[in-house]
Amino acid sequence: MSNPKPLDPNKKLDIEDILQDLEHYRPPRKGWVWRKQPAEGVDMGPFHFRDMAEPLKQSIGLPAAKYFDGIDPQPKCVVTTEIASGRFEDDIRRMRMAAWHGADHLMVIRHTGQSHIDGLMEGTPEGVGGVPITRKQIRASRKAIDMIEEEVGRPINFHSYVSGVAGPEVAVLFAEEGINGAHQDPQYNILYRNINMYRSFVDAAEAKLVMTNGGIFQIDGAHNANATAKAGWLVMPELLVQHGINCAYSMAAGMPKELIGLSTVPPNSPPAPKLWYDLPYAVALRDFFSEFKMRAQQNTRYIESSIEEAIRTHTIDTLISMLTSADIQSTITPDEGRNVPWHYNNIRGVQTVKQTWAALDGIKELVSLKMDGPLGEMSRDIRERAVAFLEEIIEVGGYFAAVEKGFFVDSARYPERNGDGIARDGAGGVAADSIVARDPDYLAPVCAHFGNNALPEGIEHACDLIGGCTLCNHEKIAYIDELDTEDSVATRLAKTYPYRKGNLIRPEVEWAGDGTVLLNLMIPENEDYAREAGLEIARRMGLQDPQVINLMVLHPAEGCFLEVKGQVNFDIDRDSLKIPEKIEMLPEDELREGVRKIGLKVVAGTVGEDEHSVGLREILDIKHGGIEKYGVKYTYLGTSVPVSKLIDAAIETGAHAILISTIISHNDVHRMQMRKLNELCIEKGIRDKVILIAGGTQVNSEMAAETGLDATFGRGTKGIQVVDAMIKALKARKLL
Amino acid sequence: MTDERITQFEKRHERLKQLSDAELKALFWELCNQVVEPIAELARTHTSPSIERSVLLRMGIDSQTAFGVVDRIHQAGLLGKGAGHVVLKLSQIKNIDLRQAAAAILEDKEVLNGLFDEVKA
Repeated sequence: MSNPKPLDPNKKLDIEDILQDLEHYRPPRKGWVWRKQPAEGVDMGPFHFRDMAEPLKQSIGLPAAKYFDGIDPQPKCVVTTEIASGRFEDDIRRMRMAAWHGADHLMVIRHTGQSHIDGLMEGTPEGVGGVPITRKQIRASRKAIDMIEEEVGRPINFHSYVSGVAGPEVAVLFAEEGINGAHQDPQYNILYRNINMYRSFVDAAEAKLVMTNGGIFQIDGAHNANATAKAGWLVMPELLVQHGINCAYSMAAGMPKELIGLSTVPPNSPPAPKLWYDLPYAVALRDFFSEFKMRAQQNTRYIESSIEEAIRTHTIDTLISMLTSADIQSTITPDEGRNVPWHYNNIRGVQTVKQTWAALDGIKELVSLKMDGPLGEMSRDIRERAVAFLEEIIEVGGYFAAVEKGFFVDSARYPERNGDGIARDGAGGVAADSIVARDPDYLAPVCAHFGNNALPEGIEHACDLIGGCTLCNHEKIAYIDELDTEDSVATRLAKTYPYRKGNLIRPEVEWAGDGTVLLNLMIPENEDYAREAGLEIARRMGLQDPQVINLMVLHPAEGCFLEVKGQVNFDIDRDSLKIPEKIEMLPEDELREGVRKIGLKVVAGTVGEDEHSVGLREILDIKHGGIEKYGVKYTYLGTSVPVSKLIDAAIETGAHAILISTIISHNDVHRMQMRKLNELCIEKGIRDKVILIAGGTQVNSEMAAETGLDATFGRGTKGIQVVDAMIKALKARKLL
Repeated sequence: MTDERITQFEKRHERLKQLSDAELKALFWELCNQVVEPIAELARTHTSPSIERSVLLRMGIDSQTAFGVVDRIHQAGLLGKGAGHVVLKLSQIKNIDLRQAAAAILEDKEVLNGLFDEVKA
């Protein structure tokens, strides 16, 4: 199988092309990849970074990057984003966007209920709350990711879940298809999915050994305890125990420590004094588990509808990672509490980590944790309680007995009990009574098989018995394409074709053509009226199925901030849109040369009754990269200058150009001033000698033609653009 | 009961407080290993339908067929031999490939009868 064509950054992913010839696609590499971190640090722009990895070939930096030579420093840890729309063909587009912002661990959430499906799913059915994990879906996704990692210049880890009653089969599927990371924790199945405890652990040993064969990095499920317990910050001793059991069991199954990661979440959240809980916990964990990898997750327990509140908590979570350690920094989409995550919220999550990490780069060289005080004492206390917890497990008869007695996810601080722990019956749960004792002549003629295996004399490599297994020879894999042609990607793609490859544009947050938009409103009413008014406004704006997804009371009587989502049911024809012509600027050297040759002089001022000065000063001053930087001499007449005064000054100083700023646009006064400048110059007979330029926040490039000026500029204009316009005009008039 | 547990914890806690950080860590891992060892032994000596289906997948048999085949083998009381073992043996006896052997198990209920008796004889 040849490698797919390189992606063009200016073209969308071609989903149909990715689906071509999938039957013969094989992953170019297997196994987890860490970021490359140069020991000497990374120099980018004017800065030296200490905690950064090699930069990407192509990426999009933080918004402020434009002020810092466009640098996009990449944290030394792997950065995760979780994607779960239920349609892999839309998820892979989001994966590409996330990769461009710095995610290199793409975690695909599974379809709700898949953990109770006994066996593998096949084809490309649509999922709920995640993607049904099938061979075709993950092979297509892996193929897309292989193209995306070429585009950004860094390997990307693809991740999903080896849990549920089909764990060993999913592990084989993942090892065959080059999946790089997976959650695997038999305790998770038992506590949160009510899968029979014996089945869960027997399956897990096999799954873990298969994962090891595929170099798949494992993440455990302990963090679910603090996402489930009523007071997440009290279950810290138990969390250490759960992590310990999964680590020890993984090693017993043959998994090396390098592949074993702890999923750890700072358990508390403001308005609680977060650091007093989260820091001792983080320190305790990194003491006991110093030989294992840390996957630092962010807190989701207390996220509801406020995006900003989630982002602020996640910033502090990332600070805790940097004060201690993180091999993988996971991100949570800040909208997780209110809907299935939207495209751009994955990017926001990644940005939170990237921004925090850059800001705090090298923090450990500047500050250190004060261990001889409450931090050390609290950390030690958590560890002692965890050890006592383990002793009690052994005392009551071992792990299974402890689960039956409700030891886990009790929301009190060990050893206290609230009696709200999750107790499971060994004889019950999904797939109860489904394990079978192996006979003395039990045989499995394949690689990565755990436990008793009566191989015939002289056979050391089990799959020699069958001439090689699928883990050794990819050609042996049996590929199933579709089982249900109706519920398939082909049916869905036919519907979204106009939005992906045709001429129609519709906004989206999850799926091509979903039409979802979000309104931000301030309604000067109390909560009840604000909510209903928000819905009514959305309806009158033509939005279908409007829903208030966030409401923040600003004052009980004065008003509320609202976010209302809804769907638009119209399309925009791409061909009907007029894109303003982009101005190709002359090279900077040529501009400087032109300015020098003619000795370019200008007069400038804000016209009319208008006291705004900031915008024009930025265009003029060398400090802001204004025209002065390119050698232009200017005479600045200040604010509220009459147009006639500017013209007189231009005549007096022999200026080549007049630059006016006009901010106030009430009653179209800005247009009037621009026209007046042109007309007065004609009256005084100097129009052919001076170049006339206007700028302002309500001005755009098309106003030049309508007002008779040479060039007009709007918001965000730089000095060099003004110089460019002047030199071009001088050249056009053959004055240069 | 609860009071008893708390008293017990307090006794333990007093003892644990005397340990150095390194000793406490070593004890933590010793106990973790002690907890998982009997479970690992259970896994070594047992199998499950999912494990057996995963073996068949590795033998190049598709998931749909693997599901039915393991079901048949389970019904025939032969899962303790290993599903891969059953399919391999059938392919050897009938001189057919592994996929054909798996298909044969699905097609013909009788094909598993006496498969392992024959060897004993």
